[in-house]
Amino acid sequence: MSANDWIQIVVYLAVLLLLVKPVGSYMALVFAESPNKVTRFGARIERVVYRVAGVEPGEEMGWKKYALAMLLFNVLGMVAVYVLQRVQQWLPLNPEHFAAVTPDSAMNTAVSFASNTNWQGYGGESTMSYLTQAVGLSVQNFLSAATGIAVLVAVIRGFSRRGVKVLGNFWVDLTRTTLYILLPLSLVISLLLVSQGVVQNVLPYEHATTVQATSYDEPVKDADGNPVVDAAGKPVVRHVSTQEQVLPMGPAASQVAIKMLGTNGGGFFNANSAHPYENPTPFSNFIEMLAIFLIPAGLCYTFGAMVGDRRQGWAILATMLVIFVPLTFGLVAAEQAGNPALHGLAIDAHASALQSGGNMEGKETRFGIASSGLFAAITTAASCGAVNAMHDSLTPLGGLVPMWLMQLGEVIFGGVGSGLYGMLAFAVVAVFIAGLMVGRTPEYLGKKIEAHEMKMASLAVLLPCALVVICTAIAVMTPAGVAGVANPGAHGFSEILYAVSSASNNNGSAFGGLSVNTPFWNVLLAICMYFARYPLAIAMLAMAGSLAAKRHVPESAGTLPTHTPLFVVLLASVVIVVGALTFLPALALGPIAEQLMSATGH
Amino acid sequence: MKKLIRQCVVLFLAMTVLTGILYPLAATGLAQAMFHGKANGSLVEKDGKTIGSTLIGQAFSEPRYFWGRPSATAPNPNNGASSSGSNQGPTNPALTDAVKQRIDALKQVDPSNEASVPVDLVTASGSGLDPEISPAAAEYQVARVARTRNVDPAKVRELVAANTQGRQFGVLGEPRVNVLALNLDLDRLAP
Repeated sequence: MSANDWIQIVVYLAVLLLLVKPVGSYMALVFAESPNKVTRFGARIERVVYRVAGVEPGEEMGWKKYALAMLLFNVLGMVAVYVLQRVQQWLPLNPEHFAAVTPDSAMNTAVSFASNTNWQGYGGESTMSYLTQAVGLSVQNFLSAATGIAVLVAVIRGFSRRGVKVLGNFWVDLTRTTLYILLPLSLVISLLLVSQGVVQNVLPYEHATTVQATSYDEPVKDADGNPVVDAAGKPVVRHVSTQEQVLPMGPAASQVAIKMLGTNGGGFFNANSAHPYENPTPFSNFIEMLAIFLIPAGLCYTFGAMVGDRRQGWAILATMLVIFVPLTFGLVAAEQAGNPALHGLAIDAHASALQSGGNMEGKETRFGIASSGLFAAITTAASCGAVNAMHDSLTPLGGLVPMWLMQLGEVIFGGVGSGLYGMLAFAVVAVFIAGLMVGRTPEYLGKKIEAHEMKMASLAVLLPCALVVICTAIAVMTPAGVAGVANPGAHGFSEILYAVSSASNNNGSAFGGLSVNTPFWNVLLAICMYFARYPLAIAMLAMAGSLAAKRHVPESAGTLPTHTPLFVVLLASVVIVVGALTFLPALALGPIAEQLMSATGH
Repeated sequence: MKKLIRQCVVLFLAMTVLTGILYPLAATGLAQAMFHGKANGSLVEKDGKTIGSTLIGQAFSEPRYFWGRPSATAPNPNNGASSSGSNQGPTNPALTDAVKQRIDALKQVDPSNEASVPVDLVTASGSGLDPEISPAAAEYQVARVARTRNVDPAKVRELVAANTQGRQFGVLGEPRVNVLALNLDLDRLAP
């Protein structure tokens, strides 16, 4: 690794950590029980919204009603996004006259955006009208993020409340998250992005006349738009020359801001944050990386504040960093070392003052190795899934890191809200294991952890693992699953494993070579995304419901303190052991096999 | 249940208006007022015609121009309507073949150049629209461009330096050279 690789990572972590307390304490005010300076500020808008919706803000919900409201709201979001894609050809703000999206792709995208996954089987600039992007997809970017945070806040109340049956009002938590956290931050971030060159308009695509003409082979298509093949089955091409370049436009910045901030990750353009109109400079890249971790990191502090012991929040954040930092350095080092397959050729891949060197396939010059590698680790540690470099072209070990970060259950920062409630499930498992070792009833944050809590926590921890393993097996045994593979050998298996891991942990990034816009993949991955998101959230709400009703157990000499370095190590070990035991066999067939072959020159 | 459904539908509509209509409108209004050129694509105009964007790379293959990053967009390189990388895995033989062909193409127009080719000049960018190359990749091409255009290499180097950006704030990202801006300057210097 070069000196600058180190500096960029350290600068990022330093800025992030400086923001944790201000952002975290602000969010704690948003969800405080009593009115305060933050909630008074928007009280008038809130009142109007509640009045038209018939919501009584003081009327709190038990866990079942909270879960039902959450589920209803998300299903409605899916229906709306599906319908919008199917009728976009008749609606305004479609200057490129895009047709209706196919039913399977529209269904996949609807589940994908509602579940905060933002897996994309389509290319934005060639599929979606501006209306679909803004009123369909962008709205889900906000609401799926708000859903995650609302569920988290209810789960935290489960720990902090004593002897009550209610967890809060879902509509109020949702509205406040959107009004006070997501909207203002998104507006600031979108303007920062435009200042760097991200487009924000509703103009039709621009047609430029380029400096030099380009000649290329274009596949010949018949009247129905299908490629023509010759007698040998090869596609027929004709040689053409063009001096025209289409420059895509649209309201990108406003959508990109919430795409990062809400750990959504769905690109406005196909190349996502590698696209110069979506991420034009190293500074825009820094803003985008910061926006991904800002809320998940801040929520750790909010959690500590809400349970009345800030050390608890710092311990969770420390656990996340203990796993994140070494893996990030590993990823960057692997990419900086370059691709052994190209070592024999007459190329210069050494880092110097004039170039970043390393494995530059699929990377942008302005980001080089450090800004690409760091982004790849952040986007997969959080369940964001935006990419600024093509993960399919990462070196075998460089690609292993993002894949494994997702497979750890998206709890290393994870999705906004969902990352932390996932981590709390692991924390419950960790105190249970510690309790087994000393033969005491485990407690966490003053609440006894009993059979019901353990069942729900185990469900939350194991469900994504089961989805990844089972659905990968289905895909590799099905001709329709294997048909999408683009790269030969072990890497082809990695593409499938990555796709299923991404969907089953609501990440949304991809080894993009895999052709996934087919009915098989659209349906399989939609199932993964749905079941990874909602049953897990409901299990955590069920746990919170039971916890809220419990009495507070005073700390005693036998209580395991959960704010100490010892607990950080214990919790990190549980996360790593579950992730390693479940996925090492599969990883051995993919990236590890590829690394061994690559290192020995095969 | 009926009450819950009503709350759900009304709240969904209210949030859609807020985040799907008012928010993008506000962002567009502010962006257009504050950063007009950038919000509209950082376009480059010549004689009243749009000839590209400083942010979107164009395909150059003539020896008299600096070449940019290889592009894997289909069907033609640097296709702005369909951004994409190659998605070739590191051990894919097709990747090695593609890199070999790119090295050969560079050597063919510059046979006397014995230097190793900087890696970014022979590997496809992530977006297929990368507007920039590394300063090393520019330096590799200086002699060829100067020879083809019959100008002093020192003059060409000056133009490269003028179109080079260092790390942002001295720390972020990588140093880089904007290929379209550089080639337009070259055309002005020695048409």
